[in-house]
Amino acid sequence: MALETQRITPADEPVADKRQAEHLQPGVTLVNRYLIQGIVGIGGMGAVYSARDLHFPNVFKRVAVKEMVNMARDPTIHDTIVHNFEREANILATLDHPSIPRIYDYFSHEQRSYLILEFIDGKDLEAILNESEGFLPEAQVVSWALELCDVLNYLHNIRPQPVIFRDMKPSNIMLNTHGHIMLVDFGIAKTFQTGQKGTMIGTEGYSPPEQYKGEATPLADIYSLGATLHHLLTQRDPRLEPPFSFGERMIRTINPAVSVEMESVVYTALQYNPTERFQSAKKMQEALLNSAKKTGLFNEVPTASATVKTDLAGSAKALWKFECEDEIRGSPLYHDGILYIGSYDNNLYALQAATGEFAWKYATDGGVVSRPATYEGNIYFGSEDKRLHCVSARSGKVVWTYQTNGPIRSSPVVSDGHIFIGSDDAFLHVINALSGRRAWRVDAGAQVRSTPCIHIDNVFFGNEVGDLFCVNLGGNTRWRFKAKRAITSSPIYSDGVVFAGSVDTMLYALDAKTGYILWRFRMGRATISTPCIFENYVFTGSVDNNIYCIELHSAKEVWSFATDNQVTGSPIIYKDSLICGSVDGSIYCLEYRTGRLRWRFPTRGAITGTAVIANETLYFGSTDHFVYAIVI
Amino acid sequence: MISRIKQLLTRKPAEQTLHSSEIETAPLQNILVDTDKLTPTHKPELLLESQRLELPQFIIGCGHSVGKQRDHNEDALFTLTTNLIADDTQIPFGLYIIADGMGGHQHGEIASSVAVRTLASVVVQKIYLSFMGLSESQNEESIQEILQEGVIQAHHEINTKAEGGGTTLTAALIMGDMMTIAHVGDSRAYILYSDGIRETLTHDHTLVKRLEELGQITADEAAVHPQRNVLYRALGQGEPFHPDIATFPLPHSCHLLICSDGLWGVVPEKHLLRLVNAAANPQQACQSLTDAANNAGGPDNITVILVRLPD
Repeated sequence: MALETQRITPADEPVADKRQAEHLQPGVTLVNRYLIQGIVGIGGMGAVYSARDLHFPNVFKRVAVKEMVNMARDPTIHDTIVHNFEREANILATLDHPSIPRIYDYFSHEQRSYLILEFIDGKDLEAILNESEGFLPEAQVVSWALELCDVLNYLHNIRPQPVIFRDMKPSNIMLNTHGHIMLVDFGIAKTFQTGQKGTMIGTEGYSPPEQYKGEATPLADIYSLGATLHHLLTQRDPRLEPPFSFGERMIRTINPAVSVEMESVVYTALQYNPTERFQSAKKMQEALLNSAKKTGLFNEVPTASATVKTDLAGSAKALWKFECEDEIRGSPLYHDGILYIGSYDNNLYALQAATGEFAWKYATDGGVVSRPATYEGNIYFGSEDKRLHCVSARSGKVVWTYQTNGPIRSSPVVSDGHIFIGSDDAFLHVINALSGRRAWRVDAGAQVRSTPCIHIDNVFFGNEVGDLFCVNLGGNTRWRFKAKRAITSSPIYSDGVVFAGSVDTMLYALDAKTGYILWRFRMGRATISTPCIFENYVFTGSVDNNIYCIELHSAKEVWSFATDNQVTGSPIIYKDSLICGSVDGSIYCLEYRTGRLRWRFPTRGAITGTAVIANETLYFGSTDHFVYAIVI
Repeated sequence: MISRIKQLLTRKPAEQTLHSSEIETAPLQNILVDTDKLTPTHKPELLLESQRLELPQFIIGCGHSVGKQRDHNEDALFTLTTNLIADDTQIPFGLYIIADGMGGHQHGEIASSVAVRTLASVVVQKIYLSFMGLSESQNEESIQEILQEGVIQAHHEINTKAEGGGTTLTAALIMGDMMTIAHVGDSRAYILYSDGIRETLTHDHTLVKRLEELGQITADEAAVHPQRNVLYRALGQGEPFHPDIATFPLPHSCHLLICSDGLWGVVPEKHLLRLVNAAANPQQACQSLTDAANNAGGPDNITVILVRLPD
């Protein structure tokens, strides 16, 4: 049985009286018939026990015993409560529906009243929600919803007076061992709530707005069912959110796999104004059936998420594409009408951004995986050949190279006439941009693949054992933060805060002055994507396939969007769109405030780098060897 | 909340041109710096000698009054202000908490006291001591997680020590250049600027506020609504819940005001601002704020913390 979760505060009772409720011990027999076996749950009003019915000596007949403690001291109030309890128990005893536990017996003894009920072996939906990793499949939720509508329809049509369930929520819905739903914890317990003090909690997440006026109608049950379905489909507990805020958490924004039809049914049930909801459980059930027919939900195995997205996807056309001789895993740089991009074929390419026409290429002795930088007419980039190369932007002729002792996967950053770049030789190197001579370097103790971030006189960068350093422009460490695993992602500075993702699955927000963790956000798997900050949002990608949008100050997830493979590149914002590639081969364009898909553009390889936008054209590379230019 | 923080962010702190190590002495009393004179045309040397001698530090005041119509005070407050100046860095630390208890039979008093003590001790133990300590080991938990843990722990303590009691809880934690606010209920935190601009940092967890946001009732209706005291989130009441927690850059040249509804529900916001700006120091300001609430009838307990944030 589910717990009774209401907490009662009698207005006029001293503390000591509330403490009287001691639980029945195993072995105690009630009315010579029910042998208590143990406690199944404890609530504010008493406990629920499992017991054996001794009237069946030859078989083990298990029953649930629900105990309610009458805390009223005034004899008149006490008697009224007992009277109400018995009246309600009589109504419930007549109920006959497969989704309602049978009531076998009831009795009151001194300050306690007992209900003897059918014992339900199973799990409540709250537990199922808590245990499930991802979202519950829509078809599953719809089949429960149909059964719930059925039982509500039954209750609301009881004559002379409809029975209002009043407390529809996941923890009051049990799933029995046959996979069918059972409604538990009827409003009967509410008759025990005398003199509840009114200055405190007004609403719970599942209750309709009219309940603060004290109205309980069948339409209130419809609203609560809508709220329950919202919770089941989105995994967002309404008790943690402001009341009546379901419209601010659109189902399909959180879980895009849900059909438009299902979303619309839930929001009709959740209408603020009762007259705009389904006017009966029967009507809601019909709407659910219709939506299931339309989406073919019961005709196929529910693995619809990928197909839904493809259907929605609009198209974007390639302006041009350019083929390299090997994979492109890095990111392009746009500068002055030219696109610069490295490839695993060891070359850095310079292409006319408008036409894709080849301008020049420059060969290194290793793959080029990072994003080039530009300064004073030169292009700077690192290579697997362990060198930082400086070549003329115009001619592609070498100006100088700088040797490190390890492959370079970090991208160069230019500041104050110096190039800052990490290397697998475990150093952060600072090189004079004109002369190619080292100004200083700092020993990071492990490979530096993260691109340094420079803010005034602080340099932030991570290493492959999880340290994030803040060094000053003399190379002295100001602070060092330690994550559990590598920080390959490049730190970003914004308003006194440094953001960096780690392979330990966290996105960290650190106080730039002290290195203290202000907040951290956990993703499903590692992140090596560089966060992107825009307005009050942080966007980042994760190896768990998602693109995340997180509120900058409160660390709350605003939305996440699931691609079909890892997201290792970084999102960029352009106008009101977010653009990000995925290892699934597509580049995605989402509405950045909601995470809704605008379009996706598929390539034949993985997209691991970060795109760039110039002149309303989007440029990126793919492991299918092509550089793409798309007009957006 | 987002738009409010956005507004805050647009106010850039005054340019920090000096390292604290360059400053040799500092007066202990507050010197009021005329911000109008701090124009870019002034040379840094001039600022050093004549105007920027003080160390940037918090000056605080607080007020606590039973009001005129209640016989006991169910509010509680906590303040802690420290400065760490060492190793070429200067890191101010401040923790300011207000709780407004409710529930009758002393449960409100117990609830607010338990809330304030629990949160303060969690923050002092888990953040302050580790922060001021020399040990290399760092906290694995973030400041936001520790604050949340403190609030949830306070919630559980109330459930055991003051069953049935409930309380609001509004806390500001300032460390270095960042401020984190943790909030449950309808006490409020404001930032007040001398030019008359005010920002509300907290969002009331009241049913009436929610109905007003949804356009179901007007602000005027809300002010006299019979259920205006009904909170949909409070410590000691209902489960589960998350406090509102947000971190943002510390504003400069302004006041941080934290108060219970015994102040903001009685004295109009623009008067709060005027009284704060008219007072010579935060202590005096707190006196005039509580006086103003009492003069307006003092229907509820009045609790206020005022922090002058440095330029």
